[in-house]
Amino acid sequence: METNINPTTGGANMARRSFLRYAGAGAAAVAVFGAASCGKDYIKNPDGTYIDIGAGDVGILNYAYALEQLEAAFYLQVVATPYSGISIAETAYLTDIKDHEVLHRDFFKTALGSAAIPALEVDFSSINFSDRTAVLAAAKTFEDTGVKAYDGAGYLIQSADYLTIAGKIVSVEARHAALIANLISPGSFANPDQVDENGINRSATIAEVLAAVNPLLKKKVYAANFNYPIA
Amino acid sequence: MNLFNIIDEIQKVDPEINDRFNPRRAAIKNITSFGSKVAVAALPFALGTMFKKAYGAATTPVVDVLNFALTLEHLEAGFYNKGLSIGGFVPAGGIDAKFVSQIAADENKHVAFLKTVITQLGGTPVAPPTVDYTGGNNKGNGPFKDVFTNYTTFLTVGAAFEDTGVRAYKGQAPNLLGNQVVLTAALGIHAVEGRHASALRYLINSHKVGTTATPAIKPYIVSSASKGNDTGAGAADGNYAGEENTTQGGVNLSSLASIGVVTASFDEPLSKDEVLKLLVGSFIVTP
Repeated sequence: METNINPTTGGANMARRSFLRYAGAGAAAVAVFGAASCGKDYIKNPDGTYIDIGAGDVGILNYAYALEQLEAAFYLQVVATPYSGISIAETAYLTDIKDHEVLHRDFFKTALGSAAIPALEVDFSSINFSDRTAVLAAAKTFEDTGVKAYDGAGYLIQSADYLTIAGKIVSVEARHAALIANLISPGSFANPDQVDENGINRSATIAEVLAAVNPLLKKKVYAANFNYPIA
Repeated sequence: MNLFNIIDEIQKVDPEINDRFNPRRAAIKNITSFGSKVAVAALPFALGTMFKKAYGAATTPVVDVLNFALTLEHLEAGFYNKGLSIGGFVPAGGIDAKFVSQIAADENKHVAFLKTVITQLGGTPVAPPTVDYTGGNNKGNGPFKDVFTNYTTFLTVGAAFEDTGVRAYKGQAPNLLGNQVVLTAALGIHAVEGRHASALRYLINSHKVGTTATPAIKPYIVSSASKGNDTGAGAADGNYAGEENTTQGGVNLSSLASIGVVTASFDEPLSKDEVLKLLVGSFIVTP
């Protein structure tokens, strides 16, 4: 029953849709009972041991907010404790990316208001911030995951305005991802690990992304309404 | 630019397309079935199946639409292919050949992707259009008249192509709201355009100041309060118009960070009409 949750709007207004959108509504109809329980805010569990992003567009925005919190925290640490041998260009780039991610974080916090999940506590003990290779590898993972996460969750967004905002951010994340890849190995900005055989960026589900980032969080983030229930 | 143009153009040439689908429950069921299980790689075949179910057989309007999208992909692919075909034009020694070749390869894949869809319909993919990469509408004397003799101009036009491509895809995303397969693929192409834009800007910077000095141009669009274009190529100002926006979702972000940071953190959309009026449109002589 929980396996096909897809809170896309149903087919009530099909006549007004383009046929390709109409085609997408079919997938929503399959799971429309799953969307019936749509809440608004994130789920505040009684003992505060985990955070659930909630449902609907607010859930997706909280998902983005969680990822941006994580990215911002990472780059704040990178800039505060630069790795040995960092170049002038790398300092400039990593500071820029830090500024962008902090702004993305603050934007979502402001836009979500009282519906926002709380500030996340990170655990970066697995990352060696004094080592260039380790920092850039982690940065690549963060950026590539960000792009795949936005691309993979885009279809779940119900509001055209929110979809546009997500689109405005994901291309900037893609710019970051390509930049970091080029810092690691020039020319690797669209390698097969991220771009498929049709020249299309790979995408990832919410469950895949949250499972990957939770080891970096003290309080874990879940998405019961998007196929990633509390463990 | 392929997928979005397809949708726009189909609605133009066939406003009744929804009606064509509505009575055909079998077609609808068929479409639903590929929603989450079929890999994005199978999309050309899925699209072809949808069109066939809608029209019975391939018809001229649909093939025309797909060919129009293919025309635009040819435009981009042809640009890089031509640059690479000129002996010694793209420097072989440094990182240039690798960067330009990768971008060309991706654009050629997009062309192949569309050709597959058209062929699946029984249509004939169009040949590359007549183009004028100087932006001079076949006069060969546009603002970028040295595009294939001056490598710096070539990279500038390429960056404008990619930055504009990012904006074009973004502007069309709401038309695909809720469509898992098509929107996800389109967002995926959109992200690759972003990767290309970043890479070309990185390459331009490497020629300007090298890869370790303070960057002269960034992989993201850093606008001023009054001007979106940060490339220094005034002829491309229109392509960047609006990038200086500082308000997102009704929230004015200029109190949270500098103008440069606020504008670089968000890429702005363009409508299809806007795209065709700009640089990209001026390259196509006869579509």
